[in-house]
Amino acid sequence: MTVPKLSVATGESVLLLGESGSGKSTLLSLICGTILPDQGRVEIAGTDITTLSGGTRDKLRAEQIGVIFQQFNLLPFGSVMDNILLPLRFAPARRKRVGDATAEASQLCAKLGLPAGVTSAKATTLSVGQQQRVAVARALIGQPPLIIADEPTSALDANSQVAFLDLLFAQTTTHNTSLLMVSHDPRLSARFDRVIRIEDIAQIERAAA
Amino acid sequence: MILRLAIASLFARALTVGMTILAIALSVALFLGVEKVRTGAKASFADTISGTDLIVGARSGSVQLLLYSVFRIGNATNNVTWESYQDIAARSDVEWIVPISLGDSHRQFRVMGTTQAFFEHYKYRQGRSLAVSDGTIMDDLFDTVIGADVAATLGYNIDDPIIVAHGLASFTEHKDQPFRVSGILEKTGTPVDRTVIVSMEAIEAIHVDWQSGAQVPGQATPADVIRGMELTPTAITAALIGVESPLQTFALQRAINQYDEEPLLAILPGVALQELWGIVGIAETALLAVSAMVVVTALIGMMATIFSSLNERRREMAIFRAMGARPVAILSMLVLEAMVMAAIGALLGVLLLYIGLVIAQPILDRAYGLWLPIEAPTLREVWVILGVICAGTIVSLVPALRAYRMSVADGMMVKT
Repeated sequence: MTVPKLSVATGESVLLLGESGSGKSTLLSLICGTILPDQGRVEIAGTDITTLSGGTRDKLRAEQIGVIFQQFNLLPFGSVMDNILLPLRFAPARRKRVGDATAEASQLCAKLGLPAGVTSAKATTLSVGQQQRVAVARALIGQPPLIIADEPTSALDANSQVAFLDLLFAQTTTHNTSLLMVSHDPRLSARFDRVIRIEDIAQIERAAA
Repeated sequence: MILRLAIASLFARALTVGMTILAIALSVALFLGVEKVRTGAKASFADTISGTDLIVGARSGSVQLLLYSVFRIGNATNNVTWESYQDIAARSDVEWIVPISLGDSHRQFRVMGTTQAFFEHYKYRQGRSLAVSDGTIMDDLFDTVIGADVAATLGYNIDDPIIVAHGLASFTEHKDQPFRVSGILEKTGTPVDRTVIVSMEAIEAIHVDWQSGAQVPGQATPADVIRGMELTPTAITAALIGVESPLQTFALQRAINQYDEEPLLAILPGVALQELWGIVGIAETALLAVSAMVVVTALIGMMATIFSSLNERRREMAIFRAMGARPVAILSMLVLEAMVMAAIGALLGVLLLYIGLVIAQPILDRAYGLWLPIEAPTLREVWVILGVICAGTIVSLVPALRAYRMSVADGMMVKT
């Protein structure tokens, strides 16, 4: 995969469209620093993560990026509170930004419309809609400058998709957070500041079978 | 928080984790149980004789002398003459001496001729003395005191008659001189429990009509006549000795071993026991090795369990990676889980051991005279527990390293 240039501005929402197998997940892994490019630069908040050690890169990811997965990927054995606070465990600066982490998590839950007292419940006992909200809260806690969402609406029906995006945009707008969301559904395009098709920004050479 | 999540993750896989912990617990209980029985058996053997400084017998091997004189295992190759016994008894450095005469039997139990001094000086289990639970010590020539196991096995009570058989596996009995049970001893957990005790004179008395190991045909001296006869023994099997001062023990031992009149052997019971442990040490080591292998097998089972859970936990690892966890944090979490499993397994094993001990202690004591004390874990046992936890941690490194590599390869985008 060759990506000549891709940038996301502060507070900007970008939708990255592409079919399955088009390299979207690889691109997200590159941005998050879990894989490294053979050459070139990947900058997060002005820092070239390709020059960092593995540990520093992981820490930077924890500090700067909130991640929302396709199926929300909550820890099934953890409580709602455990899941929301998990990124802070690996990001001391983000934790400092939060102050009282438990209070902040409860506040986020309230803002996201989760019922009071839900924080002590096991993540697996929640409805899909509630799990979405917990996943958003986990990504937003400590106000990371960038949210990366990997096809978070693919498993949702149309009504749920709208509700989820309303929720996400309300939070990112409030905190001036950049949002890079990956999807293969072009119907979502209207909600975003910018829409990019992966084939427009990346050339992919596939190895011969 | 990570420890709490690791424990929560274990709870989420309660069944497989529970089975793994149970396997570790059982193996630890087995290992410590073998260790307890081993040390208990040693202590039980060592407790069989206490306060006796020397044992004297005909010259043979020290272990053999210990076995036949104290544990009633095997036979003497020769006797000690009564004159030699008296020579030794007359020495100033001998505080007390107890003769023992073995050779006859009653049913499956050994008959031992001795003197009243045996009941006074024979000590077991850190200096405990023999005590009669029913009846009295021998009063008449044909009285006998029987051990607790003899009474229990054969259903004997006070005043019951006992016919002694000649030799150990003989069908010839001393029918003309029946004994009467005058006393039954309290349980001691020693070979005394399985012994029929008579006086030295009684041993002579039942052999009055015997020559060269067989009864003289047609000769049957009445008991009353025998009572009036001179019944000084001509020989004894062995003697237990207490010295005036412990400092004199070695000098007395040397003097007896260099006795001119006949070849004798004096042994220190503790030293002979050590020799015995040296002989049975290989079997002990083998037993320990087998139980240690069971522990190793359980730990390898734990490793297999962690391995088999890795694939289904890739998503969990990806979540941690996405949240900023370094691959080494994933490795640490798996190692931590293994440590927790091994620690719980080891502690549960100790608990099972003590429950087992509470149940088995009276049974083993009753059946085998083996007393296993229920005490706080010894330092050695604590080391075993720590060793199991360390070994569990080390074996978990194998799947943990694989998880580390998987988490590096998968990053945060695994879709399982």
